[in-house]
Order: sequence, then structure tokens, then C-alpha cells
Amino acid sequence: MPKNNNIKKVLVIGSGPIVIGQAAEFDYAGTQACRSLKEEGIEVVLVNSNPATIMTDKNIADEVYIEPLTVPSLKQIILKEKPDSILPTLGGQAGLNLAMEIAETGFLEENNVKLIGTTAETIRKAEDRLEFKTTMEKIGEPCAPSLVVENVEDGIAFTNKIGYPVVLRPAYTLGGSGGGIAYNEEQLVDILSNGLRLSRVGQVLVERCIAGWKEIEYEVMRDANGTCITVCNMENIDPVGVHTGDSIVVAPSQTLSDKEYQMLRSSALNIIDELKITGGCNVQFALHPTSFEYCVIEVNPRVSRSSALASKATGYPIAKVAAKIALGYNLDEIPNAITHKTFASFEPTLDYCVVKIPRLPFDKFINASRKLTTQMKATGEVMSICTNFEGALMKAIRSLEQHVDSLMSNEYADCTDEDILELLKNVDDKRMYVIAEALRRGVSYDKIHEITMIDAWFIDKFNNIVKMEKRLATEPMTKELMMEAKRIEFPDVVIGKITGRTEREIKELRNEYDIHAAYKMVDTCAAEFEASTPYYYSCYKSYNEVIETKPEKKVLVLGSGPIRIGQGIEFDYCSVHSTWAFRAEGYETIIINNNPETVSTDFDIADKLYFEPLTPEDVESIVELEHPDGAVVQFGGQTAIKLTKSLMEMGVPILGTGAEDVDAAEDRELFDKILEQCEIPRAAGKTVFTAEEAIAAANELGYPVLVRPSYVLGGQGMQIAISDKDVYEFMEIINRQVQEHPILVDKYLMGKEIEVDAVCDGEDILIPGIMEHIERAGIHSGDSISVYPAQSLSQRITDMLEEYTRRLARALHVKGLINIQFIVYNDQVYVIEVNPRSSRTVPYISKVTGIPIVKLATQVIIGNTIKGLGYTPGLQKKADYIAIKMPVFSFEKIRGADISLGPEMKSTGECLGIAKEFNEALYKAFVGAGVNLPKHKQMIMTVCDAEQEEAVSVAKRFEALGYTIYATRGTANKLKENGINAIRINKVEQASPTLLDLILDHKIDLVIDIPTNGIERSHDGFIIRRHAIETGVNVLTSMDTANALLTSLETQHKQHLTPIDIATI
Amino acid sequence: MKAFLILEDGNVFEGISIGADKEVISEIVFNTSMTGYLEVLTDPSYAGQAVVMTYPLIGNYGICYEDSESSKPWPDGFIVRELSPIPSNFRSKDTIQNFLKSNDIPGIAGIDTRALTKILRDKGTMNGMITTDENYNLEVIIPKLKEYRTGKVVEKVTCKSVSKMNGTGLKVALMDFGAKRNIAQSLLNRNCEITVYPAHTTAEEILATKPDGIMLSNGPGDPKDCESIIEELKKLYASDVPIFAICLGHQLMALATGADTHKMKYGHRGANHPVKDLSTGKVYISSQNHGYVVDETTLDPKVARPAFINVNDKTNEGLEYIGKDIFTVQFHPEACAGPHDSNFLFDRFIEMMKKGRD
Repeated sequence: MPKNNNIKKVLVIGSGPIVIGQAAEFDYAGTQACRSLKEEGIEVVLVNSNPATIMTDKNIADEVYIEPLTVPSLKQIILKEKPDSILPTLGGQAGLNLAMEIAETGFLEENNVKLIGTTAETIRKAEDRLEFKTTMEKIGEPCAPSLVVENVEDGIAFTNKIGYPVVLRPAYTLGGSGGGIAYNEEQLVDILSNGLRLSRVGQVLVERCIAGWKEIEYEVMRDANGTCITVCNMENIDPVGVHTGDSIVVAPSQTLSDKEYQMLRSSALNIIDELKITGGCNVQFALHPTSFEYCVIEVNPRVSRSSALASKATGYPIAKVAAKIALGYNLDEIPNAITHKTFASFEPTLDYCVVKIPRLPFDKFINASRKLTTQMKATGEVMSICTNFEGALMKAIRSLEQHVDSLMSNEYADCTDEDILELLKNVDDKRMYVIAEALRRGVSYDKIHEITMIDAWFIDKFNNIVKMEKRLATEPMTKELMMEAKRIEFPDVVIGKITGRTEREIKELRNEYDIHAAYKMVDTCAAEFEASTPYYYSCYKSYNEVIETKPEKKVLVLGSGPIRIGQGIEFDYCSVHSTWAFRAEGYETIIINNNPETVSTDFDIADKLYFEPLTPEDVESIVELEHPDGAVVQFGGQTAIKLTKSLMEMGVPILGTGAEDVDAAEDRELFDKILEQCEIPRAAGKTVFTAEEAIAAANELGYPVLVRPSYVLGGQGMQIAISDKDVYEFMEIINRQVQEHPILVDKYLMGKEIEVDAVCDGEDILIPGIMEHIERAGIHSGDSISVYPAQSLSQRITDMLEEYTRRLARALHVKGLINIQFIVYNDQVYVIEVNPRSSRTVPYISKVTGIPIVKLATQVIIGNTIKGLGYTPGLQKKADYIAIKMPVFSFEKIRGADISLGPEMKSTGECLGIAKEFNEALYKAFVGAGVNLPKHKQMIMTVCDAEQEEAVSVAKRFEALGYTIYATRGTANKLKENGINAIRINKVEQASPTLLDLILDHKIDLVIDIPTNGIERSHDGFIIRRHAIETGVNVLTSMDTANALLTSLETQHKQHLTPIDIATI
Repeated sequence: MKAFLILEDGNVFEGISIGADKEVISEIVFNTSMTGYLEVLTDPSYAGQAVVMTYPLIGNYGICYEDSESSKPWPDGFIVRELSPIPSNFRSKDTIQNFLKSNDIPGIAGIDTRALTKILRDKGTMNGMITTDENYNLEVIIPKLKEYRTGKVVEKVTCKSVSKMNGTGLKVALMDFGAKRNIAQSLLNRNCEITVYPAHTTAEEILATKPDGIMLSNGPGDPKDCESIIEELKKLYASDVPIFAICLGHQLMALATGADTHKMKYGHRGANHPVKDLSTGKVYISSQNHGYVVDETTLDPKVARPAFINVNDKTNEGLEYIGKDIFTVQFHPEACAGPHDSNFLFDRFIEMMKKGRD
């Protein structure tokens, strides 16, 4: 069927803020699909509350709404834009749920808007547990025995019938929120009641536990003519029981014979055909390890994290093809963008092995449980490609940037063999390393398999890596040994470590042996057809098939690796925009990155894509082949910045701000000199290495102090200390990893935090706008509510900020971007931190000011001037809008993580509220972040002594809004003294009813819990916060946030929200 | 032990010897299936060829004998990037290393199979030699390689005598040109009573048993080498017995009815080939293994019309014979290895036979 010409204007729904379970993959899918639609002459209206995305750029869609993803807001946009169709399958579960909600209201029919790509019926059949089960039964596809329950009693009765353990899966939640495995009744009641609450429809599936079975996924496509193909299958190394998002995944499947492969493939096609999906779909199976028995676990009738992975693993652009199918095309009418010879109706075949490893946030939440379950916890992932499994795994490990580049770990040196066997039972992110240690100690494959249920084939591969460690340690180095080590991707630094040489010496030895990386193309067809798409991966012991191009100008753009807290999608936005800008300036562009979820690793963004780890060695291999004229590091976050020195050693000029200036901003002493030179004050501080030095420094400065390592992102390891004990504790945590750089101890100033991004051409600066944080200093800028334009600054302060920015940019010889964080304290401006690179706020500020900062910075980097580009230097005129960036957290996904905010960043994403009025913008921002109040008009306050004065005014305002306030003794007394009718409630350890009972009763809208700083935080507070989060109650840990929320609540009813098309800014 | 793959064009790949330690000259072809190496090895259509697997990790699930497509492996040689040192599958009874050795098949591992595939793609299928002789002399070997012809291979792979497989339903005569086991199995699953005939059985002998239908199997080699078989097929065509043919059978029926076939540059061998049913527009992913193809331009429109085409290169993938209960396909609806998507064609054959019976 050719294109349906009735489709002219399509509304695409994005997935909203980045949260665990829903990350950059939807920006990738959405961006690709929008481009695919526009290619067909379709007018695209985009709605997504996430300003850090590429899909919300005005060159991606025609009309762009960065508005809350709620039914009322969507209705308004539809009424305004009058699209004829909605494409709901690109925005993840959030987008799909929203489309369903609005379809159920009948609004779409009334307004003649059609869902394309999938029907509401299809979504229901796939997503509603009961309908799904009935459908599967109808076509004879097996599901594990299960029952959908709507109350705990039914769950217990059913489980007693089928036996423990059982898996619990709430309907309509993302990333498996609220799910889990129950081994006994107590756990069942606990997980089930929580799941029932989290489910949008109050349903939870109770199902026979198939933990330990092989978990296999298929990515399937279908067109309206009924043609079905599979794009890729994938095997989870971690058997069923670990969410696929947290599993190490390999593509294609490795341990399935053709019989099993085809059995599951046929089943997947059977399912997609029955669901009548037109587009892409993901089917997850559990396969019994010793029989042909299988169960369908779930079906996602949309693009997903797995489809992004499958697209990158095969070169088959699923989202692009899905968009074309939605327009009416058949698969055999859509050309394969890689070969140009084949069509989308062909199944990719791989001639390499792909490994994905999740990026888990336990380095941020050090006290959280590392246990991996059916509830996803990873914030991002890395992928790697090699001609063998061991190599792909080794490359993926070093792509994670977690200070690990092999399977070796010192952590188990003191463990007995019994300890190791015990540790093998832990299903966590360290399992791979424990298996390696077990293998080193001679534990049999059978034993390891029996405990972990991981297939022996994978264990054998781990063992090959372990054996190579041993060979390197014991055998004399020969060319053959080196070749074998490189074939399975041992990095030079590891070979050096084992053989007592330096990385450089190994590199020289390799040159002597003439052992170099070769590059191969990802071509969808295992070389059967000629392909021209320059998407490459490296391997050894192979013929290189990449020819060095010799364009006039060639630039290397370094990506930002896996998404993690502190380094999110915004850096991919910057990398992609910079690449586009370089291309527009006539450069040949090369991207190196390893994140399969991102736009930057789409094969048609740069002229060449190398899907590789971002380590000096891996980058150098590419440099030796491509000989770029320069590299740009300022857009790829800390990942790229870290490579600066190595690139210079390779002789690659750094375009833009030089390495020594990047260093000057990070090196405490150098930076202090610059501040002195510029006559800019900063909070007093010291650099230290040991805990003793830190304590001395803290006492000299006077508490409270900030303690943090240098050269980190997102304030990692940063803490506010109020006592020697705190300092000691923090230093101990920081020094668990060997620190190459000193640790900083600074006097903590509790002022107003200001953030500025600027472009500098070496002479002039351009500041698109000044952002002001709602929360006082002390809360990481990424976790603060940020307001543009700043609302409370005097002209004098504004001028000072502009002037300081100019001085700093010049002193640091910035060419390109600079990000500065200031504190305004006692009407004085202090500098907190300077980053001579792109920042988290760049996409946000670009969009709300309409100034394409990354493009400007790129143009400046290659020699243009701000004036030459037609801009007036200095602080730009304020926009007509107020734009508020609201952090979004994923605390409910990480068991045991403390949610209280501090100097270490904890948010995973952000959303935007934009409006003409401050209050409306603030309201939109809160709604976009999922804070949708009031509901029950009951709240809890527990406030530390220091902030009780402020608590009074906050409580008064809530009371005026009709809220009943519960408070613990101290806070309650204080409130009562001030005429507030607070109800005193017992603390957790006191007699029932306690705070906890209140929370668990689901009658509470909000908890305001302001803990004291430092390590001595009460355990009580921690428990309250965790329970509140896990019961879906909003928790605020800062008075400033509480005040902002009040402002938004006090005015919301007066407001009629107006959607704003940011493409017109 | 080192092994070498020497190609007709002078390219040499060095790897390690796997399987039997013997020298072999053969036609080198590549297969792009990611699973199903045992099915490939035991597919008689590979007789006279050495197979390169483009997927680099082979042998992962060992040898599950019940997956064999015939009683023994047929290729002259097996060329892989990496053989798994351990098999891992609950049904595995043997390792691939052992399997190759005990069946006297030489092979080479540890070579860059992608580079080799690119050579075969660019220059076309060519002959090659696998040897463990480090002192090979290209000047002697290359002329030998150029000279080498696969020759008549159907004789090698067809059964030696007539055999029966019991069913209670329709009577099918299966002409064995090198039939894959799953062709008979697909018919057995539909309860057919099958008589398997050697390739050189006369039409008279078959027709005398009054079968409800005739199944022409796949097989190896150049269809034009099968002159005498083609003569018998002309007689079968003239009869009114329904006929379903796969692969070589499809090509032979085309030759028997006046169309022509030609050798393809590097053929279709894999499990991902899209074929389009011209009557519905629906595309099926199919298993394929052929180096020759029916030339559509030589079809007599009064005799046959194209029923399937390959979506990638638009070559013919199936024919429907006009006024006859005959349909033939170039691909493998019996799958193994590969997708089962077109297995319904056996149902179509059953329907055709039932109609013929009535």
C-alpha cells in the first residue's frame, strides 16, 4: 500500500522527562521518526515536556510544545493545532498511556483525530493483562499460569493454588515499577499492595515464577498488509528474574539452536499478527533451559529500549520504518537506508556479536540495594560490537566508565572460596566479576550454572577472559599471545598491568608486532550486499575495510557515553548539534560514542560513526586511521573532557578551549590564581588528600563545609559536612576509589544560586540568559528548580554576573562554551564552579531563548566571531517567557536510596514549564514532573530545628489551601504555638498509629521532611522518605521547593494554561 | 595446526585446521544464517561446495542429531571464524569439532570470514582449496582451481532405492534430488503416505503408482546437468498429477517446460531472504540455498507465470503453471534452517491434491 495521502499533519508524543525505565532511547526513536515523517512532507507537531531532547528542536518538528504530558494539556494542543493524526508509539510507555487516556475520553473521535501506527484496541490487547492473556490463549501462545488480581486476598488465594515463588507485575507501569518476586506470603502482601497502588488501573498480574529460564527477546515489524519480519533477537545473559533493562544482553542469541530460534520467532510473528500491529513491537520470552517449553512474558506494541538497541545492533532503523508504516507504506516499499539495494522487508543478519551492559546508579546511591530484580534500576547502557563475544564484553565493560576495564577486581582478594560461592548467589551488578573470581578459583561451570542459571556457554566465555589474564601473567610475551589478547579486546592498559609494563610500552610492542585494530562495517546483511553507510566497529586479527577519507577538513566529535545521573541526554543534544554545525561548515564529521540509546549513534548524524569505547586507546586507534584535523571535546560532558590530554598527546589539536585552560578551571590552585587575577571572590577553600588534612581544613574554615573530589560530574561524592565525623566519613567514601586529583574542602555559603551559560570567541561573550535556582545553594544545580530569566536580581548583581562571566571566559581563553555557577550571598557574587564546556542547561536555555548556542559555539570554535555571526555581545535581552526547568527523580525505582537533596546530584531528568507568567510556568513545571495536587489535602511535616521558623509560614499557606497538617512532636508544637491547627503524630518507633501508618494508608498528598545536614541524619527521616516515595507520595526536602509548590498551588485555579509553540521563539 | 584457504583469484587466508586433516578443492559459497549450521551441513544441496558461515560464532549449541536434514553432512569443506570450544544445549550430543572429524570433512577456522565473503560477493562464487600444507605453491594450485568443475552431484546425494514412509492420507511421490528431511517431514505432518524415489526413476514408474501428487525436491549443482531427469519431468508435466517443487525441482520443471536457468553471481544462501507473493503482495522471509535461478524472461507466458519474486534482487522465486496443478518455488518452505513462514505452501499442495482426487 503506498502512502496514505489523508495524513497531512501528525502529532508525535514524546516520553517526557528521563526517568529510570524511560531514557534517551525515545529521543532517538522520536527524532528519527519525525525526520522520517518530514521526509514524506508531513507537518509534524511535537509535544514532550523534556527540554533536553533533540526531538523538541525546531528543525526536527514544525510545531514544538514543551508542555506537561497530561490529557488537559494535550487536548489544548490538539484544539490549537488540529492535527489529523496522532502517532503514539514513539513516546514509550508514557506516550502510549497518554494516548490511551485521551482516546478513552472520546475526544479524538469528536475532533476527527486518528491514532496511527497502532489502534487503541491493539494497545489494550497488549497492555491490559487480562486481555493480553485471553489473546495469547486464543492463538495458542503459552503464558505462565497467572491471574490478574485487583486485591491482595485474591492474590494470596491464587498463589496458594499455583505455589511460591510468584512474580508480580502491575499493569500500565514503566520499567516494571512496583513489580517483584515473592517467595512467601509476607513478601507477597508487601509487593502486591504496592503494585496495586502504582498501576494506573489497579491491576497486578500474579504469575508462576519462571526465574532462571532463558530470557529471549524479538524485535518484530509488521505492515498493514500483514507482512511480518523480525529485526533482531537478543538473549539476556542474566536469566529471567532480572529486568531486561538491567541485564547484560547479547545479540543475536547465542545458545539457541535453529529449532528454538525459529520456534520463538514464529511465535513472535504470530503474536504481532494477532495484535494487528502496524509498526514495531517487542516480544519477550522465557525459554526453559532444558526443554522446548516457553512462555510469552510481555509484548510492547511500540518502540522501546530494546528496539533502540536492536536498531543499533543491526543498522535497521526501526523507528524510521515504523513511522513510514504508520503513513501507510508496506515494508517492501521502504528502502533499506544502509544498503540502498534491499528493502525494509528483509531480515538483518549479523556477522558480529553485540553486547549491551546496563549503567547502574549504585555509584550515586551508595547505600541502595544493588540487588537486580524485575524492577529496572539502570539509568543508561552501553553497547559494543566485536567479532567475538569476549571482545564485545571487554569493550562494553570499559565503555561503562566505572574505573573497571577487565573482569579483574581486587574486591574478592580476602574472600574464601566459600565466600565466593555465597556471593555467587547475589543477583547484582557485580555478578560478572564474582563469576570471574569463581572461575579463577577453579569452581566448575556446572556449579556456577547451578547457582546463577547463567548458560555454560557464557561462563566459558568469561573463563576465556580469565584464562587470558593468567596466560599474560605467566607466559612470556610473544606476538601470538599479544594477538590473542587483542583479539578478545584486552586493552593495552590491562595487558600492561598484568605484565608489569606501561600502557605506552604495550602500544609500542604492538606496533613492533604490527598488531592494529581493524574496522568493519555494520551493514544489516553480513556483507551479502554492498553497503555504503559508514557505521563501524573495531576488531583485531581482521582485515580493515575502512578507507581513510581525505576531505579538506575533518573533525572528531567525542560523545558522552552512557546516560548516568549527572551526565544525561543533554550532552548528546550538544554533540549532535555540534556535529550538524560542523557539517554545515563543510567539515567531514566523525562521531565516537558507545550509547545505543542516543541520537548521536544514529548512523546518519555524522559522516562516520565509530561505535566504540571512549578510552584513550580506542580513540587513538581511530585517530591513527582517520587523521582528523582536530577534535572537539567540550560537548561530550566529562567523558569527552577526560580525553583531552590523551588527544593532545596523539597530536590531535583540540578545537576550542585548550586543555590547559580546562585544567585551570578544575585545578584548585590554578583556578584560585585566575580568580585572584579577575578579582572575583569565591568561598574560602582548601585542597586536601587525607582525612586528617580535610578535618584540619574544615576547622580552619569553620563548619558547615562542602567536601568533594575534583574532576567529577554532577557533584559526585560532594557532601555538606557539619562535623569532623562527617568529614571523616565522606573522605573515607571518596577515597574508596584512588583519587588522581586532590579533594576540595570549601566553606559553605547558603545563598542564592545562579547559573550562566555563555559563548566566548576569545574576545567577546554572549550570554543567552541568566538562570536562577529556587533552592538555595547546597542543593546540586541539577536537582534545583531553575528559572529563566532570573527573577530576583538587581541590575547591579546582573551587571556583576555579566562582567564576571566575561572576565572568567577571557582569563580561561574560552573558545566555545562556558558554564558558571555563582552564589549571591549578602548582595555579593561568589563563584562556585566554572566548567569551560557545555552544560546540562544548554538545551534548555537554547530552546527558551531561541539562540542556538551549540551551533554558535561550534562556529566560534572554527574561527568565527560573535559579532561576525550577527549577534551583539553581552547578556541578551530577556525572552517574553518565563521558563522553569524542574528536576525529575526516579527514587521509587532504587530501593534504599536516600531521596533527600544535597550537593550530590540525584535527579535523572527534567521537564519544562514555559508561560508568560511565572506562576503558570511554575505550575506547568510541577505538573510536568508529575506533582499533581491536591488530592486528599492531607500532609505531613517534619522539620529540623533550624528551619522551623520557615516551616510556620509554609504550614500557614498550606492550611489556607485547606490542608490538614500532621507533624511530629517538635514541629507540631512549633506550628501550634503559631496558631496552626497541626495534628501531632507519633514517630516511626513510637506506638501506632505512626507517621508510617498514615503514609501507608494512602491518604497523604505530600511529605515535607527537612532533615539536618550531615551524616547524623535521623534514620527515622530516611524511613519516612523511603516509604512515602514507594507509596507514591510527593516528598520535598527543601523549604524553597515547598514555597515554590505553594506558589503554584495558590494560583492554579485562576489559570487557564496556554500552550506555547517554542518553534516560534 | 595451520590451515590455508587458497582462492582461485590468488587470495590466501591463513587459519587453523578444523575437522579432517585432508586437502580439498571445492566451490566456495557463503551462508548468512545465524543459526542452523547442522542443517546447513546436512543439506544435500551443498554437495560439491565448501560453505563459509558469515556468522562468526559457530558450534555454540553443539550437535543435536535430530536436527540433521539428511543422514550425513555433504559439504566438501567448512569455513568459519570461530568454533565454540564447548557446546551448550540440552539436546547436544556431540561437538561440532568431533562431528566434522568423524565425517571426514576438512575445514578452516580463525579466518576473517567477512573479508572472504566480500571477495565472493564482489568477484562471484569461485573455487578454492583448503590445505594444511604450508609449502603450497600457488603456481601449481591456481590452474588446478580454475580447472575444477563441481560436475554431476545429484547422483551422489539421491537415495539408491525406493523407500516408503507410512501415512494414511494422500499418496505423494517424492523425487529425491537430494531432499532435505523436512520436506518429507512436512508432508508426514500432514499425514501423507510418501514414496521416495531415486532421482533417475522414470516418469512411467512413478505415474504407474497413481500418486495423488508429486513432490520434486531440492538438490545440488547446475540444473542443466540433469538432462535425463528433465526428460522425465516433461512426462510428469504432461500428466495431470499435481506437482509441487522446491529449489532444484523448481528449476528442473522450468527447464522441462522450455524456460532457461542461469548461474547467479554468488547465489542466495541464508535464512533472511524476502520473497513476495505476487497474488497478495505479502512478503515472507524464507530460507534459501541456490546458485542458479530461473530466468523469468525466458518463460512462455502461456506455460507459467511468476508467483513469487525476491524483494532484494527481483529474481524469480516461484512459478505457477497455467492450466496445470503445478506450482514451484525457488526458496525452502520446509525451512530448517530458517523461518517457517512459508510452510503453508505444503497446505496449498495438500489442497491441490485433494481437489485432484475429487
